[in-house]
Amino acid sequence: MEFESVIGLEIHVELDTESKMFCGCSTRFGEAPNTQTCPVCLGMPGSLPVPNKKAVEYVIRTGLAIFCDISLFSQFHRKNYFYPDMPKNYQISQYDIPLCIDGHVDLEMEDYATTIGVTRIHLEEDTGKLLHIGGAGRIAGADYSQVDFNRAGVPLMEIVSEPDIRTPEEAKAYAQKIRAILVSLGVSDCNMDQGSMRVDANISLRPVGREELGVKAELKNLNSFRSLQRGLAYEIERQTKALQNGEAIVQETRHWDETKNTTSTLRTKEYAHDYRYFPDPDLVPMEFDPEWIEGLRAELPELPDERKERYMSDFGLPAHDANLLVETKATGDFFEAAVALYGGDAKIMSNWILGDLTYYLNSENVEIDAGEVKPAHLVEMVELIDDGTISGKIAKELFSEMFKTGKMPKAIVEEKGMTQISGQDEIAKIVDDVIAQNPDAVQEFHDGKERAFGFLVGQAMRLTKGRGNPQLINRLLKERL
Amino acid sequence: MAISEKDVKHVAWLARLALSDAEVEKFAKQLDVILEHAGKIAELDTKDVQPTAHAIPLKNVLREDKVGRCLAPEVALANAPHQEDQAFVVPRIV
Repeated sequence: MEFESVIGLEIHVELDTESKMFCGCSTRFGEAPNTQTCPVCLGMPGSLPVPNKKAVEYVIRTGLAIFCDISLFSQFHRKNYFYPDMPKNYQISQYDIPLCIDGHVDLEMEDYATTIGVTRIHLEEDTGKLLHIGGAGRIAGADYSQVDFNRAGVPLMEIVSEPDIRTPEEAKAYAQKIRAILVSLGVSDCNMDQGSMRVDANISLRPVGREELGVKAELKNLNSFRSLQRGLAYEIERQTKALQNGEAIVQETRHWDETKNTTSTLRTKEYAHDYRYFPDPDLVPMEFDPEWIEGLRAELPELPDERKERYMSDFGLPAHDANLLVETKATGDFFEAAVALYGGDAKIMSNWILGDLTYYLNSENVEIDAGEVKPAHLVEMVELIDDGTISGKIAKELFSEMFKTGKMPKAIVEEKGMTQISGQDEIAKIVDDVIAQNPDAVQEFHDGKERAFGFLVGQAMRLTKGRGNPQLINRLLKERL
Repeated sequence: MAISEKDVKHVAWLARLALSDAEVEKFAKQLDVILEHAGKIAELDTKDVQPTAHAIPLKNVLREDKVGRCLAPEVALANAPHQEDQAFVVPRIV
């Protein structure tokens, strides 16, 4: 039987505010444990939470950017549960009236386009961080746990998608697009390594053509876009096998293990998801002026879709390039800075950014805005190619050096003697040597074998250690043959 | 009786309360009385009445995004039954 996968994502994002959601404690990441707490975020009796206005504004901006309806009336609820990550034994969250509902995100896949619905966006507070001691740091088997409440109370936005996603690739593209939008809006840095963006996936299978949904598993510990894609691919395989063997799928939470490449049942304490939500009596409702919301809409910055259109119309880039360049805000910023410095064709900048630069960044796992190569490096290097100082081939070598050391291209060329050999006499002498040393290839060329010519050019390049001007070698070789 | 002993046991578990059998029976009766009292509202036509969001007529009490003072860690941890490495310590979770 053929199965179709049905995937929905819950994306949690820590908002980039200075202070916590309901108190004035700092939200700075990486500080010593329990240095950023107060009676409010420690849930001490008599303390009163007051919502952070900026966090509310950030959620509404996000909602506007992905075409949501904004609730003119909204409120906070208590979500009650016992778990040591929250000192209050409840989390302040939203229930039946989230700030935003009914949005969508358009995706452009390799050879088709699709739209993923967004059910809701709500605002809540993040939980504290648990450090499990013993049992190799996993909760199952640990002797006890340490709790750091620095993160408890940091504003957290949850974006819940409709189960409109059909493949792991779409899931990845959707999550990446959400990140690009949020970073463009400036509402979060969406740093998955530091946990400021966390993705959980619900996935079930159903026979192709059936409306009714199958039993789902919830996947956790998807700490990168790669994990998201691979974890889902694994689950599809696992569930397909089970269904084909006539086994029932159990509704459960599963943990993705990046090193073992598998998912496994997450052993958590059996507690019913009986959260008994009720309006938080400590917090009064919010009512928004439609004019204020329209003002926020008018102030939205350029979003990835608009940026892509602009790259295609203003710079004449193909859709493929434009799509990749706007995938992260930093990549687009890099591209635009490079184009502004460079007088020539924007496509050349795009080629280097999406080619060599992306290759090195990925292999070293460095973000584009943290790398040694800046737009000024790239532009200076391309100008050296343009004026004939170096060949495209040398440029590749130069690029690697530039990436490692962060030195400017001209300095590297001087230091390493990488300049192109363009002297007529020098090249002529090398070409003569090549002809003299390779009589067989010369004969083959005269017999009409085109490939022999390429071989001779290659030999000349080898003798110049790749520094010979290819056009000049070509021309002189042809003349002499 | 609208509230069964099973309901009481469930609610007690959610609140992490250990109740004796006698208490379960006693609370079942008491909760029943409370529910019955609250049930009176069902006698009214509330079709056009908005749910009450809050008991006092206030709205939009928000604060600016400004960092204030935090507790010193030793003060925050002062009442913790167990602590280690400047963190609260809790018994094993699962």
